[in-house]
Amino acid sequence: MRRAYFKNNWVAALMVAPQLLIVFTFFYFPTSQALYWAFTLEQPWGGGNTWVGFDNFTAILSDAYYWQSIWVSIVYAAGSTALAVIMALTLAIFADRQLAGYKLYRVGMIWPYAIAAPAVGLAFRFIFTPGAGMMMFVNQVFPDLWNPVDNGTQAMAMVIVAGAWKQVAYNFIFFLAGLQSIPRSLIEAGAMDGARVLRRMRDIQLPLLAPTFFFVLVINITDSFTDSFGIVDTMTAGGPSRATNLMVYKIFNDGFQGLDYSGAAAQSIILMILVIALTFVQFRYIERKVHYT
Amino acid sequence: MIERTPFLNIATHAILAFGLLMLLLPMYLVIVAASHSLQDVVAVPPNLLPGDQLWINLQAAWAKGHLGERFVTTFIVAMGVMTGKIVLSCITAFGIVFFDHRLKMPIFWLIFITLMLPLEVRIVPTYAVAANAFLPFQTLLDLSGITWLVNALSGVEVKLEWNLLNSYAGLIMPLVATATGTFLYRQFFLTIPEELVEAAKMDGAGPLRFLWDVLIPLSRTNIAALATIMFVYAWNQYLWPLLVVTDQSYAMIAVELSRLVPKFSATGGEVPKWHIAMAGTLIVMLPPIVVVVAMQRWFVRGLINTDK
Repeated sequence: MRRAYFKNNWVAALMVAPQLLIVFTFFYFPTSQALYWAFTLEQPWGGGNTWVGFDNFTAILSDAYYWQSIWVSIVYAAGSTALAVIMALTLAIFADRQLAGYKLYRVGMIWPYAIAAPAVGLAFRFIFTPGAGMMMFVNQVFPDLWNPVDNGTQAMAMVIVAGAWKQVAYNFIFFLAGLQSIPRSLIEAGAMDGARVLRRMRDIQLPLLAPTFFFVLVINITDSFTDSFGIVDTMTAGGPSRATNLMVYKIFNDGFQGLDYSGAAAQSIILMILVIALTFVQFRYIERKVHYT
Repeated sequence: MIERTPFLNIATHAILAFGLLMLLLPMYLVIVAASHSLQDVVAVPPNLLPGDQLWINLQAAWAKGHLGERFVTTFIVAMGVMTGKIVLSCITAFGIVFFDHRLKMPIFWLIFITLMLPLEVRIVPTYAVAANAFLPFQTLLDLSGITWLVNALSGVEVKLEWNLLNSYAGLIMPLVATATGTFLYRQFFLTIPEELVEAAKMDGAGPLRFLWDVLIPLSRTNIAALATIMFVYAWNQYLWPLLVVTDQSYAMIAVELSRLVPKFSATGGEVPKWHIAMAGTLIVMLPPIVVVVAMQRWFVRGLINTDK
């Protein structure tokens, strides 16, 4: 434990104060405000609040559209996470062999991280639009095969692909870093024992990567709940017939288009609990249980 | 590892090349679309080679989306978020690590918890705060009875108001209010040997002198890493600027981009001008890509250490 400190605590207070102030204003207050709104009924622009207990929650939880939104979010989370994690893991474990061209491969897999969600959304909306380019051609050959404008499943598939594509770079960075932190001596020992490359991947590298793997998994699921707004908004706007109406998107719509602040706040609280639970699982459970070294 | 694995090497290259292709193909299609006229973009069979309209389309997108002004706005916001974040997290971590007071762990946790809930999750109430940034303090005063007290004593009604909608402050401050950087700095400050602190004290340097002359020069790597991440993060903001900005002179670039194409709907309507939209997409994504590729080393390290 550190023993050398500066004594002047006024300076410390001064240093910490701006951050605390900003965090209070834009984090703690809004979060508590959401709680307050979730249990009251409020007029959108001022006016009185009446305490309604759990009414907002029961209203939401008995709303079929809300359950649909949860289901859609789960499908999106599972689909985009599975796709992005599997692809990134495969690429990382092979890139980690550091054959010729390693640096080129690495840059090539990192750059998509830089692209804004709406730009990814727009690009993939163009690629998958039945009205131009590739998919128009596909539809000409197989009439009516592809039409995400009407077909909810296809719209969801399109959003999942775009979301996963955007996430691959981030996962790749973490997997590669995780692989490179595995002690080289372990892999050399494996080689001495006669394990070939694939065998070492399966029996040494993948098990030792487990903590990184779970970390990435949880982050991906959390991100798919929160970060998906830009993609959904530019690609499908929640449609067709709410087939891609993810939870964040529904909160935005109910709160700012429908001006139902209390309903949106109650939905925010449920989403917050979900995200906190995921983070908690990550911190408490996974970080402790999955260690092999 | 010294072993000959010719077939596996070929397989490795094949897998990596396939992955690279999957990541590059969408961008290639965007470039192709951006370099044709609209007739060619919607032609059947599709054009798979770049055309010669790229420059014309880029200019059209630049003019149509007022991208010049949006670049300036977005750049100011990105710089604001970047500087705000670097300065704030540096001094906060300094206050937590190098001083011995009972509140250091509670303060650390208070800030650390903000990592858990991204802005998107608490978007509705944060918007209310942006409409009046003094709302939290007004509420505190109301709840503690000070408003009533002042009103009863002097007849003045305390009404604090500071509207952040359509302002740089409103765009920047909520994006700064997370723990990403503080955490990164704290991790780094904890690795500073205490002999350095003792030596500084022996030489008669106060805490601020120590911060300025020792810690900041030592944390250049940190600053570079954080700057890259924050630049990309701020440049790509979409939901928050969409809400906070109604006055077009503060519109950010990602929001403007989404306006180049009409919203997805089943009712049809006009054919979107894909060639212009794709040219706009190219323009918008270029600056962060340049930053990430150029700063690759710092950026990767920062990303891994902040867990963001």
